[in-house]
Amino acid sequence: MRQITGNKLLVKALKEEGVDTIFGYPGACTIDISDELYKQKDIRVILPRHEQALVHEADAYARTTGKVGVCLVTSGPGATNLVTGLATANYDSVPLVCFTGQVAKHLIGNDAFQEVDIVGITRSITKYGVTVRNREDLGRIIKEAFYIARTGRPGPVLIDLPKDVMGELGSAEYPSEVNIRGYKPNTNVHVGQLKRAIKMLHKAKRPLFLAGGGVNIAHANESFREVVEKTEVPVVTTIMGRGAIPTNHPLFVGNLGMHGTYAANMAVNECDLLFSIGARFNDRITGKLHAFAPKAQIVHIDIDTASISRNIHVDVPIVADAKEAVLKMKEYVEGCKREAWLKQIASWKEEHPLKMKKRAVMGPQDIIEEINRQFKEAIIVTDVGQHQMFASQYVEITKKKQIIMSGGLGTMGYGFPGAIGAQIGNPKTPVIAISGDGGMQMNIQEFATAVLEELPLILCVFNNEYLGMVRQWQKLFYGKRYGMTNLRSGALFRRTEGQEMPAYTPDFVKLAESYGAKGIRVTKREEIKAAFEEAKKNTKLPTLIEFIIDPEEMVYPMIQPGGTLKDMIMDC
Amino acid sequence: MDGMKKRWISLYVENQVGVLSKISGLFSGKSYNLDSLTVGTTEDPTVSRMTIATVSDDETFEQIKKQLNRMIEVIKVIDFTDIFVRMKEILYIKVLKCTPQDKIEIFQIAETFKAKVIDYGKDSLLVEFVQTATKNDAVVKLMKEEFKSIEVVRGGSVGIESISMMER
Repeated sequence: MRQITGNKLLVKALKEEGVDTIFGYPGACTIDISDELYKQKDIRVILPRHEQALVHEADAYARTTGKVGVCLVTSGPGATNLVTGLATANYDSVPLVCFTGQVAKHLIGNDAFQEVDIVGITRSITKYGVTVRNREDLGRIIKEAFYIARTGRPGPVLIDLPKDVMGELGSAEYPSEVNIRGYKPNTNVHVGQLKRAIKMLHKAKRPLFLAGGGVNIAHANESFREVVEKTEVPVVTTIMGRGAIPTNHPLFVGNLGMHGTYAANMAVNECDLLFSIGARFNDRITGKLHAFAPKAQIVHIDIDTASISRNIHVDVPIVADAKEAVLKMKEYVEGCKREAWLKQIASWKEEHPLKMKKRAVMGPQDIIEEINRQFKEAIIVTDVGQHQMFASQYVEITKKKQIIMSGGLGTMGYGFPGAIGAQIGNPKTPVIAISGDGGMQMNIQEFATAVLEELPLILCVFNNEYLGMVRQWQKLFYGKRYGMTNLRSGALFRRTEGQEMPAYTPDFVKLAESYGAKGIRVTKREEIKAAFEEAKKNTKLPTLIEFIIDPEEMVYPMIQPGGTLKDMIMDC
Repeated sequence: MDGMKKRWISLYVENQVGVLSKISGLFSGKSYNLDSLTVGTTEDPTVSRMTIATVSDDETFEQIKKQLNRMIEVIKVIDFTDIFVRMKEILYIKVLKCTPQDKIEIFQIAETFKAKVIDYGKDSLLVEFVQTATKNDAVVKLMKEEFKSIEVVRGGSVGIESISMMER
């Protein structure tokens, strides 16, 4: 029988899994794999400039293509740089397979150069992690990794590859079947339970759907919209669930939670049946737990048994894939339009529409509304902070649009590499990153990747010279003591009282240009439209548009951390 | 907190490197109480079986079982709390600085608890108890009160479902 090295089998396995793109950064322990990848043409290898950006890129690639994202990094620091990205993907249920190099088996445990116990380090932030100790296990382990990553509740899998094992000759066979005795993901819906839930839905006087990220991950959006239209039950979404039905749909109420709309939070507070699909009742959406949806019975559909009844008491738990559940619902649901309830919700919407105070200076809403106007098809990737909340409030998500972000972990630095991964996976779709000046600087080196891969990204940087979301908390709850949030503070400022400060730190426009990208600075409302039009012309180059924003801009409504949904701060 | 009490789980897991660490890491990472954990291989060398004791309320215990179940390396989770099982724990107590009177008393204690004195020195004795963890708790408490210097080591409960016995 023909024998090949582990390195060769790895490349073969990737091809058999249908992988056409991987994100890799080389090193001593993976140099032989780099060599094998160099010798072939089927798999495109993207070289980011930092492993943290690398894993975010693979993550966004996976979120926007539905494929498994694949990472290849070296041992030691290459591997530890994955940690934040793995936790991000784990939290948001993103399928990744990450290969890490490892020192040769006889060196493991010796504190060898660039040796870390990466499987141990990442045990609690991966769906599964394993070191390949025997060459003959390699094929099976890779096969299992892809299966585990994409099935059930998707998540990241890490495979640690000792250099000597990968160099060993062994079978050239890549298995075609998977059989893991401890892992049999169940996606089928318990029809009896579902019928019980639907009966409650039909009986309810004030029913409400709550759609979470699971609906988007399962690509259940279209069927869900049909269920919503058939029943005429209104919908609230989590930020990860935004787009579960089009945000301009008359039955869409808004996002719920800390920065949700008034109408959405009031609806949750007043509903008598909360029918949740693919959400996990995180503290940012529930606020104070015992006051959450106080009048409602709760139906909870989730693929992860451990997400059900963890945070809140659930009346009807249903373990199922969102799509399977929604498809079955389509068969059983009937119209249950509740005129008075819909009227009530409409009046809440009217009472406090989602709207920022119109001010003389340009605000976030102006920018996002321009994006809504100019792009009928787009993938929008946000970073984390105020701009993320503005985006999740104001970005319209219709059929050809998608918004992705680090929702669970809240990883600053996700936005820019996320946009790169999305664009690589979707070369024909406009990709727009929305980031703050803080988060943008956390992975700014990725300009090199974006320029060299000729990605026509539009990078919107909301620059307010502050870490805005923390500043917002300081303004509201810490007596305006802006400790650690001013991105222009430092010895130079203290010594010269600001007199000798450079105009910008950094000058984002020049920075973009230094990498060969385009840079545009926008300071006035009238310039927004032209800036996007200009950016659209750069079809083989990323364009950074820096928007100078007033640091006093606040995200409203806001629920105080630990507060209840009905006690929203509307403005101040 | 409803139903705060001691509970037991029997766990079939893959006999692989890192699985014990993953299971114990779940308990520490999610702040679950881990009272004791024993592990050993079974008749199938690729499978290990763990007996886990935890003090938790109803909701937390449900979460523990679900979290264990979703681990790839976990093959089966059996709740031992309310079914008939045979469960014992081994306990060694070494009593040091014994007077002759102490020694007599230790033999009496051993007889009462159906324990064995398994080693004997000039001024020390080694006693082996194989009984339920709860009884062992009582023994340790008693021995601490009775003797100045003792050394205790215990193994954690191991358990298996009963065949016909309707007692624990």
